[in-house]
Amino acid sequence: MAGVQVANVSRSFGAHKALDDVSIDFADGGFYALLGPSGSGKTTLLRQIAGFDFPDSGRIAIGGESVERVPVEKRRIGMVFQNYALFPNMSVADNVAFGLSVRGEAKATIATEVQRALDLVQLGKLGGRKPHQLSGGQRQRVALARAIVTKPRVLLLDEPLGALDKALRVDMQIELKRIQREIGITTIFVTHDQEEALTMSDRIGILRDGRLVQEGPPEEIYDLPQSEFAATFLGDANIFRGDATGNGIKLPDGTTIAAASGPALSAGVKASCAVRPERIQISTGTAKADAGNANSLKGRVSKRIFAGNNSTYFVDRDGQTLKVIVQNTGAERLAEGEPVVLSWSPDSTVLIAAS
Amino acid sequence: MAVTRILEGLGRLYIFLLLGFLYLPIIIMAAMSFNASPFYQLPFEWTTDWYQSLWQNDQLIAATWNSIEIAVITTIISTVLGSMASLALYRYEFRGKKVLQALLFPPIAIPWLITGTAMLIFFFGVGIGRGLFAILLGHVALALPYVIVVVSARLQTFAPELEEAARSLGANQWQVTIRVTLPWIMPGVIAGGLFAFAVSFDQFVVSYFLSTPGQTTLPVEIYAAIRKGFTPEINAVSTIIIVVSMALMLLTARFFKFGGEK
Repeated sequence: MAGVQVANVSRSFGAHKALDDVSIDFADGGFYALLGPSGSGKTTLLRQIAGFDFPDSGRIAIGGESVERVPVEKRRIGMVFQNYALFPNMSVADNVAFGLSVRGEAKATIATEVQRALDLVQLGKLGGRKPHQLSGGQRQRVALARAIVTKPRVLLLDEPLGALDKALRVDMQIELKRIQREIGITTIFVTHDQEEALTMSDRIGILRDGRLVQEGPPEEIYDLPQSEFAATFLGDANIFRGDATGNGIKLPDGTTIAAASGPALSAGVKASCAVRPERIQISTGTAKADAGNANSLKGRVSKRIFAGNNSTYFVDRDGQTLKVIVQNTGAERLAEGEPVVLSWSPDSTVLIAAS
Repeated sequence: MAVTRILEGLGRLYIFLLLGFLYLPIIIMAAMSFNASPFYQLPFEWTTDWYQSLWQNDQLIAATWNSIEIAVITTIISTVLGSMASLALYRYEFRGKKVLQALLFPPIAIPWLITGTAMLIFFFGVGIGRGLFAILLGHVALALPYVIVVVSARLQTFAPELEEAARSLGANQWQVTIRVTLPWIMPGVIAGGLFAFAVSFDQFVVSYFLSTPGQTTLPVEIYAAIRKGFTPEINAVSTIIIVVSMALMLLTARFFKFGGEK
């Protein structure tokens, strides 16, 4: 097992820059999510780490050893593909045995290791089946067993849960996490599902247009996004744009918004503020705002979506629609069309430099 | 109801006529190989004389063996070379690939008469001349495009992630090909091989150009025999070949589902 270092990796396909000077340090034993919209370069980066493709420039190291020119079959990695890529002509056991068998391991060793891997993914009894006789979730487990049976240095997963339905996906998330903990393998996981990235990983790297936008623990990225893109791609955010004031921004209509965190920006430059919908308090136009909430705006409810445990209010304010999520505490619900006051604390507000 | 009945009846009649059109000449020929009259005269008198005299016809027997030998060798060479070429065309991007692929089709469309003439001139020019070796070379050249087309079609249904998965598990190019790709394309390889066998075994035109009196194949020999005067021995040898090749076809169809199962 080993950590993975990606340093200044760039890769172009013709005029298209698929990866542009990306550097990430994946520590040994961690569970990382590479998150981004399609075309952001996350899969390209994973394929570079796997060794299916080589970078134009930059360095990739696994366990401290430079591998950027080593082909995939010599990198000792395990990979799980989006559509599982199980060998259709082989039984489940033969699929799992493949990696050991091409290395020329002894038959007895192979049988033991295969059984151990199948037991780990809880498919101990299905070794004799063919892949087409398995359900989607079972195929996923076989693919995982096949990838880890060779004791790879790093486990790479390319949207492994994308083809599963919602309920099964949650089961597999828990299962995948359990297995990863059990064998303690460095795992890099590509996804476009932000919820999956938040719930599963120790750290998240957000990619956009071939560049690494932000990298860090899920809590940090969620609470302190450094760009509008990071704020809106990982979770929901209300974005206000205006001019920096020194401790926040001033909106075009003169309203000021105070932010407790974010970079130091000189007054007057373009900047934004991001606020999460669940951090905003909403009250009727006549009620007094909470004393701790220095930021407040007036608006009008344009829509309310009731989801049982919470309600989402869409509030129109000066041409902008803001989103507010209110927990169902039994308090009075606001009607559509009602004038309201939104208020929130500067501690819930992040200042973002204009990109 | 009545209309559907009539239509159904017409459909059956159509299939019956179609099968009759295909098989009647063959059945008559087979029947005549057991008829005593050399001039197709009825009433039918059972005999196996023609099969016995066929056994004595050294020329026809030699030509049959030549045909089988050439067809088998052609099948092996063109199936191996053709499958390898298909894999190369599938896996690699190289200069002139498009041109090469486009050039594979004309040999299928060019009349064999023209190909045969060209081969005859060429083989004379380079000193190979005529004979069984020249026929073998000609047949391989004719069969190769068929194999490549059939195997390439099968490869289109292959999921490239399977090769990637195999490589990620540490398999080298050879192991990937033998253990993952080849099993998948096998139905295509078998079908291509059958095509190659048929192209060679049925081949008359090119073989006719390239054969010499002593070194000839069955179709050429049959043609020569018919020109000298038709004997029911021809019916006998044809019947044997039909029975054997149909049995082969049925066996292959039984063991390898064409079009390929998933």
